[in-house]
Amino acid sequence: MKYLAEYRDPKLARSLVDRIRREATRRWTLMEVCGGQTHTIVKQGINEVLSDAVEMIHGPGCPVCVTPLEQIDRALHLAARPDVVFTSFGDMLRVPGSECDLFQIKAKGGNVRIVYSPLDAVELARRSPDKEVVFFAVGFETTAPANAMAVWRAKEQGVRNFSVLVSHVTVPPAMVAILDAPDNRVQGFLAAGHVCTVMGWTEYEPLALRYRVPIVVTGFEPLDILEGIWMAVRQLEDGRHEVENQYVRSVRREGNRPAQELVERVFQVVDRGWRGIGVIPASGLGLREEFADFDAERKFALGFIRADEPAECRAGDVLRGRIKPFECPAFGAACTPESPLGAPMVSSEGACAAYYNFGRFRRAAGED
Amino acid sequence: MCLGIPGRIVEMRHDTGLPMGVVDFGGVRREVCLAYVADEVSVGDYAIVHVGFAISKVDEEEAHRTYQVLREMGELEELSWIREAADAAASVDAPGRPTGTQSDGVGPSAPRADA
Amino acid sequence: MASLASGPVCPLPRGDHDRVQLGHGSGGKMSAQLLREHFLPRFRNEHLDRLGDGAVVPVEGGEIVISTDTFVVSPLEFPGGNIGDLAVHGTVNDLAMMGATPRWLSAAFVLEEGLPFDVMDRILNAMARAAAAAGVAVVTGDTKVVDRGKADGMFVNTTGVGVLHDGFRPRPDSARPGDAVILSGPVGRHGMAVMAVREGFAFESDITSDTANLAPLVAALRTEVGAAVHVLRDATRGGVASALNEIAGASRVGVELDDHAVPVPGPVQAACEMLGLDPLYVANEGVLVAFVDPAAAPRVLDVLHGFSAGAGAAVVGRVVPGHPGMVVLRTGLGGTRVVDMLPGDQLPRIC
Repeated sequence: MKYLAEYRDPKLARSLVDRIRREATRRWTLMEVCGGQTHTIVKQGINEVLSDAVEMIHGPGCPVCVTPLEQIDRALHLAARPDVVFTSFGDMLRVPGSECDLFQIKAKGGNVRIVYSPLDAVELARRSPDKEVVFFAVGFETTAPANAMAVWRAKEQGVRNFSVLVSHVTVPPAMVAILDAPDNRVQGFLAAGHVCTVMGWTEYEPLALRYRVPIVVTGFEPLDILEGIWMAVRQLEDGRHEVENQYVRSVRREGNRPAQELVERVFQVVDRGWRGIGVIPASGLGLREEFADFDAERKFALGFIRADEPAECRAGDVLRGRIKPFECPAFGAACTPESPLGAPMVSSEGACAAYYNFGRFRRAAGED
Repeated sequence: MCLGIPGRIVEMRHDTGLPMGVVDFGGVRREVCLAYVADEVSVGDYAIVHVGFAISKVDEEEAHRTYQVLREMGELEELSWIREAADAAASVDAPGRPTGTQSDGVGPSAPRADA
Repeated sequence: MASLASGPVCPLPRGDHDRVQLGHGSGGKMSAQLLREHFLPRFRNEHLDRLGDGAVVPVEGGEIVISTDTFVVSPLEFPGGNIGDLAVHGTVNDLAMMGATPRWLSAAFVLEEGLPFDVMDRILNAMARAAAAAGVAVVTGDTKVVDRGKADGMFVNTTGVGVLHDGFRPRPDSARPGDAVILSGPVGRHGMAVMAVREGFAFESDITSDTANLAPLVAALRTEVGAAVHVLRDATRGGVASALNEIAGASRVGVELDDHAVPVPGPVQAACEMLGLDPLYVANEGVLVAFVDPAAAPRVLDVLHGFSAGAGAAVVGRVVPGHPGMVVLRTGLGGTRVVDMLPGDQLPRIC
């Protein structure tokens, strides 16, 4: 596949690894805040091959991981209603709520469907006027333009039986929360390449300045991640702290203006809860008043549904790099991939699941 | 939140006012909303697609440049490895060089300092 | 056409049907008509024609293998085949993976009320063709009908009987340290072919199911390589990853896979990229995994390459001393990644 496969060249990747390891005079700690980047890092074993030069901490970059328990419970409530067709991206289906997950609701008779694009959910609503179709609008800024367009089109075309359950979050406030923590160890960031494709990188410039951390906008293929890490390490070695762009084939400083404009029209900034972390002010998006008719929380009066995260789940500390997964008392005991307490164990790229698998391997290989 | 892949735009049209198109991803074709790139793309261009929406036009020049830079770095890296190995062999007290991974086929991963 | 001579029945059943009705499952005249008009003509053989409760078949001295599988795929028809192809190939392949020559099948159908006959006949045609090509006879069967909504069009169960040969006993627990791990062909075709026509994911592609009879490949391995083949497994649902995990677990050995050695066709890779799926976990219906003595590997590849279903055969890994029961992938970077069994289905990702 063009513009994809060439950024997976193993030989070039190995030479980048060698270069990083040669140029790092000490071990640096970086964080990526993007599930897709975490996926590549875990899948390729990048942390392993760079271990003496760079430690990558997996930040809260996966929407599956950070959707608060309360929002999941609201989704489950809707999905269980006989008059509702509950549509969602696939990876949300196994996320545990307080009692169960969407898969279990489906097994009990709930009409739960996986869709690839939010527009498919609108189309489904159009074709099934006797049903209420709800779409679980989760994601970072990357997905907001798609979800905004779905709501916009539904309103424009009078598809009144369509609504969205919103759980959008934005990256910069999460980075600030991490940087503000007194025990923060993160010395540099890889910024999410597709979030920045939409938003540009102007929001990160004041962060790099104020907190004196390099921020490199990075893509998703192995060569992208390695080049991004290399650029961050070089900045750290040079004592610089700027925003740089590795993902030049997709990202421009101003981002995608038409996308930003429609997101502005449909959504507004709100406070959002992040699973395991708590509420981060002004870190999320919610529907504007004008689109209230398409807001599932209002349409179905879901405000009564409240939930507290399980006390033993230390997802927040893991996602902020405060503790390693195996330092959590529930790790491997009450919390496993088959029965996860929190999202980093649900998602197979979540830090806890990744450690669970890798740890098993190391123990089996006799390295522990 | 990031799964976006590049594909080639093979068809463009309007669907009740919404710019839509068909994008080919290495042999697989899907309908994609082009509303956010409509002003910049034509048939034959590449775009990054996320959940059925094109979110950027691939800057092919930059893409090639990135790849070229990486390739040159790769070649330089091989040269410097060879030079260092030669230096190390020539010097009696040379400290251990960080072990690189083999460049021909799959080699064992480098020794790890810690977990 | 029912007449009064058959006894009072009200309302009179219509004589012409274009789809399955509940009455077809009753065991009465409609059932007999269904069998006579749709099933028997396609699976003609002396056993079936007797319409007994079971079939009596002659067996040479030695051991036989029995295997059963139920097929529930939806949609029933997909690029490259239909549920009928799967129903024959699936069980034939299971017998072959045990080292047996497949000989006889039973076929049991649960038909959903309302299933159109033209769809049903296409499926039966495919089964008949596949069975004939595989040299197996469908010697006994059953049909039931359930209410609309209780089956996805049709569920099919096939149970197969095959005959074993001396000295050829591949088994999941027989992998040995040093064994070469071989795949007979490229992965991910069946799962993505079905995905392409499933609602919510529709995409256009040239991907077709790889459903195929693998018994001839196994027979050739038996005669050309024999006992150097330690394990055979067809990699179906859960993909190659699941099959390898099962073998690693049963044999208590560690398996190491080379990322770049696993053959994945371009369009399958592209479709997986689009949906965020890993080809290692995508279902196949015409791929076998073989664990063989490393010295025999080149010969095994030669033999497999002689068949169209084995044209893409390749060595993809090996059995290693470490991490017993675990499958580990070596990435192009030299890193490692555990390839675990999934708890459930692989889900399309957005991040």
